[in-house]
Amino acid sequence: MGYRKLPLDRRDFLKAAVGGAATVASGPAARALTSPEPASAPSSEIEALTTDRPGSDFMVDVLKSLGFDFVCANPGSSFRGLHESVINYGANQNPELITCCHEESAVAMAHGYAKIEGKPLCVFAHGTVGLQHAAMAIYNAYCDRVPVYIILGNTIDATMRRPGAEWSHSVQDAGAMVRDYVKWDDLPISLQHFAESAVRAYKIAMTPPMMPVLIVADSELQENPIQNAANLHIPKLTLPQPPVGDSGAVSETARLLVQAENPVIIVDHSARTQAGMEQIVELADLLQAPVVDQFGRMNFPSRHPLNQSANARTLISSADVILGLELSDYWGTVHSFKDQLHRTSHTLTKPGAKLISIGVADLYLKSNYQDFQRAPEVDVAIAADAEATLPSLCEAIKRQTTASRKALFAERGAKLASARQTDLDSARTEATYAWDASPISVARMCAELWEQIKSEDWSLVSYIRHSSWWPLRLWSFEKYYQFIGGSGGYGMGYNAPGSLGAALANRKHGRLTVNIQDDGDLLYAPGIMWTAAHHRIPILNIMHNNRAYHEELMHVQRMANRHERGVDRAKIGTVIDDPPVDFAKMGQSMGLYAEGPISNPNELGPAIRRAIAAVKRGEPAIVDVITQPR
Amino acid sequence: MKSVCIWGAAVLIVALAHASRQVQGAASKGATIESANAEAGKRLFMKSGCYQCHGTVGQGALLTGPRLAPDPLPLEAFLFYIRKPTGQMPPYTQKVLSDRELSDIHAFLESIAQPPSAKSLTILK
Repeated sequence: MGYRKLPLDRRDFLKAAVGGAATVASGPAARALTSPEPASAPSSEIEALTTDRPGSDFMVDVLKSLGFDFVCANPGSSFRGLHESVINYGANQNPELITCCHEESAVAMAHGYAKIEGKPLCVFAHGTVGLQHAAMAIYNAYCDRVPVYIILGNTIDATMRRPGAEWSHSVQDAGAMVRDYVKWDDLPISLQHFAESAVRAYKIAMTPPMMPVLIVADSELQENPIQNAANLHIPKLTLPQPPVGDSGAVSETARLLVQAENPVIIVDHSARTQAGMEQIVELADLLQAPVVDQFGRMNFPSRHPLNQSANARTLISSADVILGLELSDYWGTVHSFKDQLHRTSHTLTKPGAKLISIGVADLYLKSNYQDFQRAPEVDVAIAADAEATLPSLCEAIKRQTTASRKALFAERGAKLASARQTDLDSARTEATYAWDASPISVARMCAELWEQIKSEDWSLVSYIRHSSWWPLRLWSFEKYYQFIGGSGGYGMGYNAPGSLGAALANRKHGRLTVNIQDDGDLLYAPGIMWTAAHHRIPILNIMHNNRAYHEELMHVQRMANRHERGVDRAKIGTVIDDPPVDFAKMGQSMGLYAEGPISNPNELGPAIRRAIAAVKRGEPAIVDVITQPR
Repeated sequence: MKSVCIWGAAVLIVALAHASRQVQGAASKGATIESANAEAGKRLFMKSGCYQCHGTVGQGALLTGPRLAPDPLPLEAFLFYIRKPTGQMPPYTQKVLSDRELSDIHAFLESIAQPPSAKSLTILK
């Protein structure tokens, strides 16, 4: 990097008596003094007003070296230097600035993007208030084990802060607020320090368990001219190989699985690539063992004969060996919990069942936030990355499988295939109930949507628990980008921006991005629709508009029943129907192609078809569907 | 508690079946509450929040509540379970819904027609 050393600092004044005329040495600094001397300036001092090489330019070079395609930001003065360097010095390319209307949206976009693209997206956040806005989205990404790369503006030197807002937006320890739910943060005090911390942060974020990281970019460091250009160096980025399970423990796991009569493989945040998904398929095929998917990621093809997610409880109860791959809640997987006045729980597993875990959860844990769930009791705990460990596990299974075991496996597989077909038929039959109802049944909505997208290269990027998992029951999922799990921390407001971030990643691949969007979630920060339109990010939003914060409505109803006070007032504070929100008009106002509101199920298919045509033209679209609750 | 949420509905189905067996004797005698009113039951189904978990026509939902209609449980099993649910469902006591009101709701559920067959629906094939 050839950085020119400039003589001027914005703190400095040239001590040059020039008879009142503003003249300086020739060269780059000559451009610094093109305007008349301020009336208030001492006649013997000339203030440097410009520089062509601020520290933020070097910071942009560092970001470019890390390969960021985009930086999402809601503008903030504490990173104005970086902002300007990105769009001018960096030519607004790699990274390109994405204008967001809320810091929570910016981080959630990065969250969704990373799950499709497999690498982080950069976020700029304004000091203090910007990070406060961003905090919940950072927590979601932390819980979901997703890398997000945050650069936070701040002004550390109190004597350099502008009176007023800059004091309110400066902080002694900027990272403290989110330190409990980022993997690493740092406060560099020189440009070289920034470069080293920035590269280190990227490496930490991308090492499983992946999580958000935060680097503070001091405003003085951004805005002051580069002083020591010849000494600046951007370190080489080398990502570490993910940790692989101990060979002895892997061999023991293979032995237990091969010898088991009723093994079950449970997957959650298990695959992060197509190769990872294919490894899980190979593992299941080798053993002809059932797979229960908890949908943290796209782990296993939805119509695979060994996909037995619909029979989870039966399989767990009868299993003699349970293999959990990157489970976010192993204890909850093998226990039943009853949410009545007296909360009770009991184990689902039979005595003697062997429980095995492979995952990175044991490698990194923090204390304060309790997303780690109740501690499970397992027999073999392999603290390693499951995706990286599966190849050696598959090889060990092949070595230990005898011909007689293979025959038994085949018999087991045939039974499971038959059960899977029964499940598929059953799901189709269940979908017929309320087929013609208005509000439109969620099953009907998902069936109509599938009919329109099944021939496309589609990517469903929303969390669909509130849609009763209908897509996973009716559609054929085969590619890792066809489903990306949910928010991680169950923080509302993730889905709309998370989906758009995924759509941003899908855009260059030409995929049809589909988002089934809850109404309550979109109302947190609907400005995300403007971002979609402004940046021409194609996405098909299908509103699951049940006009309520429905999960909470059911919770309040539960309390009202428990207290025997009737449930007719449970709607107070939980429904969004007076006035009903017109999401089509809202979308239109921000530049989206819009259809709806639609409450007649027979009108839904054609509306979706028209919206897809708009998406194929490169536009974001929204179809407002008035739906049943779940 | 992801798995528990997923399986809450399944537990409820099992529990309902259990309740049904417990009152099999009474049900076989054809015990009913006279003059149940399906229209009133429909209003109560909405007002009392039944639809929130089970859908407006009792179609059910995987994570919130099982299908109730068409072909609802016999009235006695229905009453038994609602008063003392064994799964995740909150109890509806007499203070909240009377037997008469529940019988109206049951009548509404009985009035719900069979859906089209999956094979007849092109987009479900």
